[in-house]
Amino acid sequence: MEATAIKHSFTEKANRALGVNEKDAKLTLTYLSVAFIALLIGGVLGLLQGLERAGLLQLPSWLNYYQVLTAHGVLLVLIFTATFVVGYFYAGISHTMGGLIPKVRKMGWVAFGLMVIGVVFVVTTIVMGEASVLYTFYPPMAASPYFYIGLVFIVLGIWTSALGVFTNVMNWRKNNKGQHIPLLSYFAVGVFTLLFFGSLGVTYEVLTLIPWAFGWTETVNVMLSRTLFWSFGHTLVNIWYLTAVSAWYVAVPRIIGGRLFSDTLARVVVFLLVILNIPGGFHHQIVDPGFSEGLKFMHVFMSLSIGFPSLMTAFAMFAVFERAGRKKGGKGLLGWFKKLPFKDVRFLAPFIAMVAFIPAGAGGIAQTNNQLNQVVHNTLWVTGHFHLTVGTSVALTFFGIAYWLVPHMAKREFTPRMNRLGIIQTIIWTVGMLFMSGAMHTVGLFGSPRRTSYSTYGDNATALGWDPYLILLAIGGTLLIIAVVMMVYIVFYLMFKAPKGETEFPIGEPEDNAAPTPMWTERWGLWIILMLAVVAMGYVIPLVDLIVNAPPGSPPFKTW
Amino acid sequence: MKMHRFEEIWLVLAAGVIILSMVVTGYQTFALGMGPPSNKETIDPQKVDETAPFDEPGVYQIGENEYEVVMTLQIFSFNPGDIEIPAGSTVHFTMTSKDVVHGFQVAGTNLNAMVMPGHIQKITQKFDKPGEYLVLCNEYCGSGHQLMSTTITVK
Repeated sequence: MEATAIKHSFTEKANRALGVNEKDAKLTLTYLSVAFIALLIGGVLGLLQGLERAGLLQLPSWLNYYQVLTAHGVLLVLIFTATFVVGYFYAGISHTMGGLIPKVRKMGWVAFGLMVIGVVFVVTTIVMGEASVLYTFYPPMAASPYFYIGLVFIVLGIWTSALGVFTNVMNWRKNNKGQHIPLLSYFAVGVFTLLFFGSLGVTYEVLTLIPWAFGWTETVNVMLSRTLFWSFGHTLVNIWYLTAVSAWYVAVPRIIGGRLFSDTLARVVVFLLVILNIPGGFHHQIVDPGFSEGLKFMHVFMSLSIGFPSLMTAFAMFAVFERAGRKKGGKGLLGWFKKLPFKDVRFLAPFIAMVAFIPAGAGGIAQTNNQLNQVVHNTLWVTGHFHLTVGTSVALTFFGIAYWLVPHMAKREFTPRMNRLGIIQTIIWTVGMLFMSGAMHTVGLFGSPRRTSYSTYGDNATALGWDPYLILLAIGGTLLIIAVVMMVYIVFYLMFKAPKGETEFPIGEPEDNAAPTPMWTERWGLWIILMLAVVAMGYVIPLVDLIVNAPPGSPPFKTW
Repeated sequence: MKMHRFEEIWLVLAAGVIILSMVVTGYQTFALGMGPPSNKETIDPQKVDETAPFDEPGVYQIGENEYEVVMTLQIFSFNPGDIEIPAGSTVHFTMTSKDVVHGFQVAGTNLNAMVMPGHIQKITQKFDKPGEYLVLCNEYCGSGHQLMSTTITVK
């Protein structure tokens, strides 16, 4: 353990002396640029949607609501998050492992190129109106085959970046035998393991859709496609979440002047999320035909078990806050709370993200119970849920990371002015999301559906009763676009305009008296085997059933 | 890994929430028959019109205060639409899609089910309160998705 500590401080010193590796910085900043451009475009499209849905705006005939919705989903849930995750973790690996090895840096660029090709295909087909199928692209609604080909390129990019992470980590382990990989890199391994295994099912799905969309095969198995999609869809959600959690565990303690809660516990949370995650996607299919009630009941457990590591995280976070606050002289039951650096946006943004995750996680636990799910399935409640989880917990943490990651990489200062602007941004974003997510949750409980443009359903009284909430949703969307523009400005200012200087890459240290982390936490082979076992438990029965007892398939439809 | 006493209590509570959820959901599903719609019959999605019972969609009385609605969903309509039933009836819906994925939702009730091509979905609801209920498609199905609705009038 002592050796690790010495080694660790050596890497730290080397980093401080040499600064950030410029070639690695360029890679990460390129990824982050794309991420925040995607946020800007996706955000504008989100505003258009919010206004249309509230009946305040009529979209022109050449820009259909569902086209906008498809692009909003793809840009924000695929492009913004994927490019941010890769850029952030490549920086994390470069920082904690003494630079990327040249081969891996090259893989990072190849991955970037593949993703760009994919995005061009996907965005072009959407803009041409050939792929208004939403980001879930459920068959038998069929997009242009080039839309699916674009998706394949994006997946190949993700796999290449994952391979890069694994290569770099294996190389580090070879050179640092008997040592723990640094905690942030441990998170990276977890995230990219999930990305790789989680995307296998959807890749198979997309490969069956391409010949079908070209007309080379006649029909497709609709339920199988949908099930494979969700084995990926929900894993992806938890990949962003795990990425956000990595900053909560690693960076936030340092920012507030505290120490890690427990290195071991953080690693346990990572591998538990990796093992338990993939079958969680099944809870998107609770009111589907083709699965028995017994199977659906088993999946209640599979989904809820993902909540357990998150509850471990909740405790750890507040424990870190309390310890740091007390160390700064906070007295009494809650005195420590006032000692937290709320005026530092690097803390404020992820702090609000964590607070938002309390109702977001509780809502998630509630809605994954079968009968409760039936009440809210495909209503705006669900949209409200993921604007709280992804839109608030994940996005605000990503912003919180950007405040130090971008200037660190660009060798610039994070100025007090940017900090003030960041605080205002965080508040506007939070208020905007309160309006949007609050309105969506409420009106969803009344039955207002998601994924639909403005409709009174023939002036139906029930539907008209939803309108006031939709106005609140539009108000939220308007506030959010202001916050998006501010955030994009902050990121590019920090990248190109801020004064030259140093910004710290915050890495929390363990407590002085912390017990050493046991070596068994490094057994990735075992975690992957356990993960595959859990995936098999969740998916072998329904997949075999869907293939063996499949009805005749469906031909493609273009219904827009 | 040594844990703080409070952490242990917290994690026991966390496990308790999960177990309690399982017990309540399981009891409702298997003892009270409130499970989510999970019918497993299949159909050729290209031959819905020729396959019984969907060759004759409609509202059928099958008992005292008990009805079956045989319904097809297609872009962008429900067949039959504008359904009328007496208050206090139990209605069994038997549904399939003739084209893409649709959703069947009745606002103000717990009726909410995915209706997929190739699969026959079933869901039941007792309508006690008179009034007009809004039926809508809650899965995006194309450019007219927002128009896909009808009503159930309970008298």
